[in-house]
Amino acid sequence: MAELEFRKAIWQALDEELARDENVIFFGEDVAKAGGVFQVTPGLRDRHGEDRVFDTPISELALSTAAFGSAVCGLRPVFEIMFADFFALAMDSLVNQAAKYWYLSNGQAPVPLVVRSAVGGGGRFGAIHSQVPAPWFQAIPGLKIVAPATPAHAKGLLKASIRDNNPVLFFEHKRLYSLSAEVDGSEPELVPLGSAETVREGSDLTIATAMKGVHDSLAAAAELATLGIDCEVIDLRTLRPLDIDAVAASVEKTGRLLVVEEGPRTGGWAGEVVASISERCLGRLDDCWRLATDDLPLPYSPPLEDAFLPGTEAIVRAVRERGGVMPEGAA
Amino acid sequence: MSPAKRSTKDAAAAGGNGQVGEEAEAYLARLRTMILIRKFEDLVQSLFLRGEVYGSTHLCSGQEAVSVGVAAALGADDRIAATYRGHGHALACGMSPQKFLDELIGRETGICGGRAGSMNVVDLEHGLIGCFGIVGGSLAAATGAALALRRTGNVAVGFFGDGAVNQAYFYECANFARVLGLPVLYVCENNGYGEYTPTEAVTPGGIVGRPAALDIPVSQVDGQDVWAVHAAALEAVAEVRAGGGPFFLEARTYRYTDHGRGDPIKYRSDEEMEEWRQRDPIDIARTRLAAEHGVEAARLDALVADVDAEIAELRSRALAAPFPSPDVTVPEFAPAEA
Ligand SMILES: Cc1ncc(C[n+]2csc(CCOP(=O)(O)OP(=O)(O)O)c2C)c(N)n1
Ligand SMILES: [Mg+2]
Repeated sequence: MAELEFRKAIWQALDEELARDENVIFFGEDVAKAGGVFQVTPGLRDRHGEDRVFDTPISELALSTAAFGSAVCGLRPVFEIMFADFFALAMDSLVNQAAKYWYLSNGQAPVPLVVRSAVGGGGRFGAIHSQVPAPWFQAIPGLKIVAPATPAHAKGLLKASIRDNNPVLFFEHKRLYSLSAEVDGSEPELVPLGSAETVREGSDLTIATAMKGVHDSLAAAAELATLGIDCEVIDLRTLRPLDIDAVAASVEKTGRLLVVEEGPRTGGWAGEVVASISERCLGRLDDCWRLATDDLPLPYSPPLEDAFLPGTEAIVRAVRERGGVMPEGAA
Repeated sequence: MSPAKRSTKDAAAAGGNGQVGEEAEAYLARLRTMILIRKFEDLVQSLFLRGEVYGSTHLCSGQEAVSVGVAAALGADDRIAATYRGHGHALACGMSPQKFLDELIGRETGICGGRAGSMNVVDLEHGLIGCFGIVGGSLAAATGAALALRRTGNVAVGFFGDGAVNQAYFYECANFARVLGLPVLYVCENNGYGEYTPTEAVTPGGIVGRPAALDIPVSQVDGQDVWAVHAAALEAVAEVRAGGGPFFLEARTYRYTDHGRGDPIKYRSDEEMEEWRQRDPIDIARTRLAAEHGVEAARLDALVADVDAEIAELRSRALAAPFPSPDVTVPEFAPAEA
């Protein structure tokens, strides 16, 4: 058994896809020579050449347009938006060009581009270096949003994203970069986009979440188990399209759903899951709610940021305080 | 932020004994602010290494003469927007160093109550619209500010790095300001690098060719010499205030420290770093004050000791300040009467 670090898993996926397909290119701000501010991509330029792995000016809109334009002319570009908060500057090409092109051109050319980007709070980076901007893109048909929780999934999902024929936003949670997990080589090479995975079986409550939320929810589930509450945890893995089938199947069993999202309560994907499950499973539901952040920017000061984010403690509290979720006999 | 207010305050702080001329007194005050900024950055760095300053922190050591020289050319009702590398600008504006340090270590007594942190501080009372963490955000904010300030004959200054001239923000805002004739001074602090990338590698044609192409007057100045910066800023501000529309000032400077919190690779030679150390803005100011204005070494040393005492006090007070409580309910929206 070998250990695989999350950032190394991403490096491997890029390295393998660059080697496999000469149309794959990778670019971004300080990603090539310096290897990226999170040190995810060192050495790729030396291995694949500076024509295919290169640094750019600080010009996020140019990055996204370069990806779009080159994608519709035969390349499979992967680029990095250093902090996902900077998506705001790259938005137009992603939203008004890349996402719509396949449909509007009546299928003349796909748009196989991938944007890798660091998301998430907990690092004391403040309000504009900590967001998870999935909701900014949730209402954009044509985009896929991938959000891995483990090194093995990160690798398989990124490889699948690069081979996907649609624009894919690939979110890397900053708090996961240094996470290592054992891999034994039997992991599938590709993890399909749009498919969730049940990472813990349980009978009382389904918790659906993604990225760091998966680890927090598993820890919460372990704690809740000692109180007699048996949680099933679903790693959504892709936020757009959502694997509602997987969540619905779990809810058929548990009858209760909690969705944990790191992001504002209003307008997020947790609300989308709750709405879809309400539509599908209303008769089976005893309860269905979400835990997200307050509708405020993320604060800098540690006690404020810690209280703001929906971590393990907050999940345990949310379940315990929720009237009606406690199964008979739970403490 | 008025020059009058500042020079009284700073001259007093410089411990004036009336032996030197008015200009020397003014520059002694500016030197003191530069020393304060340098030592403040050293303190921030040491607190960062101790885990008291969180996340990332972008120091401006080596670049002090730019913020100080420009701020001294502004009046009380002018406005400044700066970047994540904005500690110097905030202090040069007159922000309370105590409130600033408290903010950087996340305390309730911070200038923004601990909500903002280093990259996002705001101090409107001292004319600081904000430090903006998005590359290009500061020049954009200054452009908008100028739209309001032109009603009152005031000026907005946007500080930004060499990297920002490659942002869409820059072209849109500079053109907009030129078309509308807005009173905005763009101050590009060219420190030779955007993160680990040399400016020349990503800025073909250089920096000032860009505003010049938009018919915006430009000037270039040695950013290590506070006299040169101040003179250029006075001229630029006068032109902007007189209704000449935007002006672009490029100050050539250098940052001594890592980009943020540790650089992943070595991208600058020791010789280059040493060469710039030889052109240290604080040393230059000391030398000029001694050689050209007859300021005695004892007076200059007293200035340093004075700042040292201030820094020590700042540090102990900040570390004793309370953290904000997460139990306070914060409204999402500004009330009607705000
Ligand atoms: C829109 C945006 N892109 C990228 C970054 C990350 N980043 C922070 S500072 C920086 C370099 C900026 O260089 P420059 O403008 O020269 O300013 P300096 O840091 O040298 O003062 C980069 C790329 C950012 N903060 N905002
Ligand atoms: Mg720079």
